[in-house]
Amino acid sequence: MDAFTIHTGTAAPLHRSNVDTDQIIPAEYLKRITRHGFEDALFASWRKDPDFVLNRPEYQGVSILVSGPDFGTGSSREHAVWALQDFGFRVVLCSRFADIFRGNSGKGGLLTAVIPQSAIEELWEIVEADPSIPITVDLQERKVHVGEFMCDFEVDDYVRWRLLEGLDDIGITLEHSDVISEFEKNRPSFLPSLG
Amino acid sequence: MGRTLAEKVWSDHIIHEGEGLPDLLYIDLHLIHEVTSPQAFDGLRAAGRPLRRPDLTVATEDHNIPTVDVDKPIADPVSRIQVETLRENCKEFGVTLFPLGDVEQGIVHVVGPQMGLTQPGMTIVCGDSHTSTHGAFGALAFGIGTSEVEHVMATQSLPLKPFKTMAINVEGALPEGVAAKDIILAVIAQIGTSGGQGYVLEYRGSAIRALSMEGRMTICNMSIEAGARAGMIAPDSTTFDYIKGKPHAPCGKDWESAVSYWETLNTDPDAQFDREIAIEASTLRPFVTWGTNPGQGLPLDQVVPDPKAVSDPVERAAIENALAYMDLRPGQPLKEIAIDTVFLGSCTNGRIEDLRAAALVIKNRKVADGVRLLVVPGSTRVRIEAESEGLDQIFLEAGAEWRGAGCSMCLAMNPDKLAPGERSASTSNRNFEGRQGPGGRTHLVSPEVAAATAVRGTLSAPTDLAEA
Repeated sequence: MDAFTIHTGTAAPLHRSNVDTDQIIPAEYLKRITRHGFEDALFASWRKDPDFVLNRPEYQGVSILVSGPDFGTGSSREHAVWALQDFGFRVVLCSRFADIFRGNSGKGGLLTAVIPQSAIEELWEIVEADPSIPITVDLQERKVHVGEFMCDFEVDDYVRWRLLEGLDDIGITLEHSDVISEFEKNRPSFLPSLG
Repeated sequence: MGRTLAEKVWSDHIIHEGEGLPDLLYIDLHLIHEVTSPQAFDGLRAAGRPLRRPDLTVATEDHNIPTVDVDKPIADPVSRIQVETLRENCKEFGVTLFPLGDVEQGIVHVVGPQMGLTQPGMTIVCGDSHTSTHGAFGALAFGIGTSEVEHVMATQSLPLKPFKTMAINVEGALPEGVAAKDIILAVIAQIGTSGGQGYVLEYRGSAIRALSMEGRMTICNMSIEAGARAGMIAPDSTTFDYIKGKPHAPCGKDWESAVSYWETLNTDPDAQFDREIAIEASTLRPFVTWGTNPGQGLPLDQVVPDPKAVSDPVERAAIENALAYMDLRPGQPLKEIAIDTVFLGSCTNGRIEDLRAAALVIKNRKVADGVRLLVVPGSTRVRIEAESEGLDQIFLEAGAEWRGAGCSMCLAMNPDKLAPGERSASTSNRNFEGRQGPGGRTHLVSPEVAAATAVRGTLSAPTDLAEA
C-alpha cells in the first residue's frame, strides 16, 4: 500500500445520506475477479443521469468526495473502495461511515475522514461556489483546509499510523506467528474442523 | 464487574494485545464464496504465502450461480469464470468446497449452521456482511472485506478494535402472525441504519428465548442493517438441541465439554452494556419497508409517511428521494401497494421453517394473476427437506416457481432480477435502490407476509386473506 500523508485536490459534493455500497458499486460488477478496473462501475446507476454530480463538467478530475451521513452502509464488498480509488478518489469526507466500509478503506489506502455534518454543509457551499478550489487533507495534522475554512477530522490512531507508513497488515501480523502457533496448541478439541 | 456474552467470546480469542494496538483475535472458522475471495487468493499467490488453516476454511458457491438448469454449465461467461476460479483456488490451497450440484451446496450462512460448523463461543468470519447470522448460536461472527479475507487466509487471525455492546431487550409474547423478521425490522426502524455502528448487539428477553434457531438467525442476520457488524444471542437448550447430531457437532466426551463451556456463554447479571433499548413484543405487528434503506419501515397497517412532517432536512430529503424512487405518495395505505414479484428465500429467510411458514399461508390458495412468486431454498439440503415434506408441491400448485439454492434475487447477481420499475415483496434483507435489479423496487417482509402478498397481489398480512 502507498503511504498517505497529505493530499490536495478538488472535491465533489454528494447530497445524499445512506449511500449504500450497492449504489457505490452495483452487484453486477462484482463478477470480475481482478482488483482494478472498476472505474466504470462507480455509482453506475446514478451516473446514467447526465445531471449526476460526477457527470458535470465542473467536477471532472475530482479526488475528494464530500458526502451526506452514513456513507458505505450495507455489503462488505471491498470493490466499493476499489471503484472509488480507480475513479480517482483519495479521500471521502462524511459525518458517519459504516464500519465495514471504513475498515476496508483503511486497508486499501482510501482515507475516510469524519467531520461534523455542519462542516460537510460548509464544504458543500464552498465547493459549489468554486468547484476548482483545491482542498487539502492533512493526515499528519488531521486537518481539512480550504481558503479560510479549516476543521479537524477524526480517524482511528492505528489506521492513521498504517496509512502514514504505508504498512501491510498481514506483514505486521505475521511477526506474531509464534504466538499464533502457541494459541493454536490450546484450542479446545471439541471445536469443528474440516481436516 | 461481570462481562457480557460478546466480551467473553472476545477475550477467549485474544492472541496478542498491546497498548495502542488493536487486539489480535484468533478466527475459528472462515467461510468463503466465489465473489469476495478471488482477489484474496491472488494476494496470497503474489506474496508467496500459504493458506494457514485449510481445515478451518470452507467454501460454497452461492452469490453468482443460477437457480435453474444447475446441472448445465453456467450460461453467463463472466459468472462461469468467477465460479471456476473459486474451484481452482480451493483445489490449489486445499480448501473444502461445496460446488453447485453438491448436496451440501447453499448460501454460506445456511450451510455453516446446518452442518454443525457454527457453534457457540466461536469466532466466525466471511467476506459477506450477513455473517452476523451465526451470532444466533452465541458465536462472534461478522463480515469482512477482501483484504481481511486474505489476512485470515494467511494468519487465521484479525487485528480488531473492541466493539461496544448494546442490549436489545425484547420482552413478552409475540402476537399471532408476527414473525422474527417483524422484530428485527422494528428494531432497525427504531435505532436506524447507523444505530448499531461500532456495537455488537445482544438480543435478549423472553421473546428472543422463545424463538427457534431459524428465527434467531433471521434476527442476527439483519444486525448489519442496523449498522452493527455482529449480533448475538446467548446459547441455551434450543441451541444445543439444534446442534446435537449435526455432521460437525462434537460427539461423546467432546459434546459434554463443549456444553459445559457453552453454558458459561451468557451475560453476567452484573455486566454493563454501553447502551440498552427495550421493545415490548406484544405491541409488534407485521412490518414492511416502504423506502430504500432497511430503517424506512412501518407496520403494514400504516400509511406511507409524509416528508413534510419531518423537520430534520437530511431525513426529509432521504424520505423524498425514497418516495420518488419507490413511486409512492405520502398517505397511501401500505396495503394498497400492488407488487409484481414475491421473492421467498435468502440467508435471512430461506431456511426450512421459513418455507413451512409461507407454505402454511399459501396452501390451497393461488398466486394472484400477473404476480410471480419465486421460491429459492437457502441450501440444497433445505430444498430436499422441503420436497420430502411436500412443500414444493404446495408452492407449485399455487403457481410459484420452485428453484435451486442460492442467493438469487436477494442481490440479483445471477439472472434472477426485477425488471426496471418492477416492485417486489421480498423476504431478503436490503431494499436499496436497484438491489434486486436496476430500477427495481423492494419491500422487505416476513415469509408469512410474502405468501399473503403473493395471493392478494398487494402488500398483505395472512389475516387479510379470506378462508382458503
